[in-house]
Amino acid sequence: MARTFSLSVNGRTSRITVDDPEMPLLYALRNQLDLRGPQFGCGLGQCGACTVQVGAQAVRSCSMSVSAAAGKPVTTLEGIGEPGRLHPLQQAFIDEQAVQCGYCINGMIMQAKALLERNRKPSDDDIRAALAGNLCRCGTHVRIVRAVKRAASMMA
Amino acid sequence: MNRREFLLASGAMIVSFAPTTIAAEAKGHVAPKTVSLAEVDGFLAIGADGRVTVYSGKVDLGTGVRTALMQMAAEELDVALEKIHVVQGDTLLTPDQGATISSVSISRGGVEVRRAAATARGALVEEAARRWTLAPAGLTTQAGAVVAADGRRVSYAELVGGRSFSLKVDPKVRTKDPSSYTIVGRSVPRVDIPAMVTGQFEYMHDFRLPGMLHARVVRPPTMRGRLGAVDESAAKRIPGYVATVRRGNFLAVVARDEWAAIRAARVLRPEWANWEGLPAMDRLWDEVRKTPVLRDDVTQNVGQAAEALKSAPRTLRATFDFAIHTHGSIGPSCAVAQWTDGNLHCWSASQQTHELRLQLAGMFSLPAGQVRCTYIEGSGCYGRNGHEDAAADAALIAQEIRQPVRVQWSRADEHVWDPKGPPTLIDYVGALDAQGNVAAWTSEAWIPAGQSVSRATLVAAEHAGLPMDDSHPGSVQQQLAIQYRFPNIRTVAHRLAHTPFRPSWIRTPGRMQNTFGNEVFLDELAQAAGADPLAFRIRSLDDKRGIEALERVAKLAGWQPRDDARPSNTGDVVRGRGVSYVKYELVRTYVAAVAEVEVNRKTGHVRVTRFFVAHDCGQIINPDGLKNQIEGNVVQTTSRALFEELRFDRSTVTSRDWVTYPILRFADAPDVVIDLIDRPREAPWGAGEPTAAVVPSAISNAIFDAAGIRMRSVPFTAEKVLGALRRV
Repeated sequence: MARTFSLSVNGRTSRITVDDPEMPLLYALRNQLDLRGPQFGCGLGQCGACTVQVGAQAVRSCSMSVSAAAGKPVTTLEGIGEPGRLHPLQQAFIDEQAVQCGYCINGMIMQAKALLERNRKPSDDDIRAALAGNLCRCGTHVRIVRAVKRAASMMA
Repeated sequence: MNRREFLLASGAMIVSFAPTTIAAEAKGHVAPKTVSLAEVDGFLAIGADGRVTVYSGKVDLGTGVRTALMQMAAEELDVALEKIHVVQGDTLLTPDQGATISSVSISRGGVEVRRAAATARGALVEEAARRWTLAPAGLTTQAGAVVAADGRRVSYAELVGGRSFSLKVDPKVRTKDPSSYTIVGRSVPRVDIPAMVTGQFEYMHDFRLPGMLHARVVRPPTMRGRLGAVDESAAKRIPGYVATVRRGNFLAVVARDEWAAIRAARVLRPEWANWEGLPAMDRLWDEVRKTPVLRDDVTQNVGQAAEALKSAPRTLRATFDFAIHTHGSIGPSCAVAQWTDGNLHCWSASQQTHELRLQLAGMFSLPAGQVRCTYIEGSGCYGRNGHEDAAADAALIAQEIRQPVRVQWSRADEHVWDPKGPPTLIDYVGALDAQGNVAAWTSEAWIPAGQSVSRATLVAAEHAGLPMDDSHPGSVQQQLAIQYRFPNIRTVAHRLAHTPFRPSWIRTPGRMQNTFGNEVFLDELAQAAGADPLAFRIRSLDDKRGIEALERVAKLAGWQPRDDARPSNTGDVVRGRGVSYVKYELVRTYVAAVAEVEVNRKTGHVRVTRFFVAHDCGQIINPDGLKNQIEGNVVQTTSRALFEELRFDRSTVTSRDWVTYPILRFADAPDVVIDLIDRPREAPWGAGEPTAAVVPSAISNAIFDAAGIRMRSVPFTAEKVLGALRRV
């Protein structure tokens, strides 16, 4: 039975119709709203590639249903900045060249954003702990930590 | 023969820049753009707007090589970097420069582009000279234009814009003097990162075609599943369900949207015959040793190793094993396929589109000309993961349902069904003479056989019973031969008839496993000889660049020379350092490394705290990009060495996700300290794999230094460390 939900994503409200209210938010974002920031990595909440913010929380969009997200403010990588008007985290990841294949980077930035909103001066260990649930296979970890630190100092 | 004579001899027309219509060609309506390696047009096009398109058969797998290739082309053409655009890995448009493997995208791919660019630049200068009736020697190039001494300038766009060069690449073309470089050798920021950090980048996973349907493969619960009846009734009730595709043992569901495909795949009820043909995991190494040998490859034979072993005063023996690894791409494989009038077009993140095209042509019994494969960047693959298999899945499903199809693998699909880095087992016997020098070195490895072409079987072809090739593990015999000068050496690879899982290459294939054994066993010999392991390596080398790399890493790490007396480490957490060295494939990139570790003797946990690398890959194209690759090599291989082991039961892989196949997390990522040795006048070599070769051995040697235990089995899990500590 198709149902329609009101999704608030990056400050814009869209009405989307789904056959299954339990469909993960990730598929609505990627396939119905044509967003490319959140990526499918595991569908199990294990890797973090699909991370978005729901309110102030970093959330695995593969593991939150559309119905649960409806009506709540969802922010994706596209919503925090764009070329020419970058979020400090995006600028810092460019400055540190903290990317290899880039597939996990959406999650790294969105998770770090949630961290910086509650801890404006994180230590290296704070950053490592906050990103413990985000996997990177290319081995970009050292640069990612540097980039988050740089963003924190840019935002100070 | 000078360049002009060469061009005349080769029949090339220097100034016959011919009209071209690449956009139309790309649609397949006119005679295709050349993809010849011999033609400048194979590699380069200059548009009417002055923009330069580089056609690269080598693809960016997240390594930054796109930016490096742009730098090489821009430098050699004297064009601003911003004017360069790269088309990668499209069988209709890009030359077949070989698969993107073995760290040769710069040394082969980049150098081929550089030669084409230098040839093009020469032809542009000659054309300007002809127009001005001036001598070419008096002209220079600058910012996309030819410039005369009197200040006249003519842009490349005016000279050739929108037309083809119709010119052979001069294999002996004089390239620019490195002392004049302004773009190569600089840490140019990667051009793709801004799009990646803002969600604008198009990954394979983002690619969509009009009218495209979504499919999920339904793989058997065993590695050799035979499909019986399929109950589709529940799947059919999923809104959006389109079809079940069955061909032989291949099974997939198709739906109008992705979530419907996932739901339908979950409720499809296939019957699969049981199969329990895998070896017991705890008997893997016995099984490997018992596997029939197809042939022995003697990879090195110096002196009389067998005799020397018999007469030597002191011999050492050791056996090394290296677990089966999966590539572990963060994004499971994804591909899109479309059939038009019997022609197949596949979009995938394949690192070998030209090879994939031949494989798909074989699978569907088509002439290769009817198959086009286009590369779109995916999640990092680190070798031959599932990307090609997803392409074959998509092609087969799209053929059956006659609509374009996107196939997205699940996490478990990727973990279970990507081809695997095969298990490696190596025995060593070495001998020391009375002076503590190595008198003899022998090694025997048990590794899968392969053919000359790097291919892995396509799962869909296998399951559907369609024509297919055998799988090839990559050149896994590489680096079994050793880089040291000993009087007697014999290294033999027993090439096995079979291996438990479909084998393929995963970053640093064979070179990593063999270097692990070689460099730990060498440490054991050094220890037995009472020698400092770093000095022992230097005195066993006669390669100046290798020696310099070792000397520089010693300085970088503050190496303290020592004999076999280990520091009297006490307490729960003990620290140590280990050295390792490789000259990649014995002919290129040099890496010397020192690992610094902490071993927790209570928990068995090993943490690599710092990892020092001295790296010589000749001419450096982009220093920061190079560092990024070296860091990635170290961190990823630390993960493989400490944590990774594919688990399986008698039927299938049981490592199905990140809980059952753990990889390194932030807390375990070492700091990486790098000394780049730049040699602008030497050939540029690659960096995607060489550093990975030394990581497991450097860590193992450091664990020995810290705790007095020899870790000869990858991964060095806490359980194995505790076991070794109990035996001390």
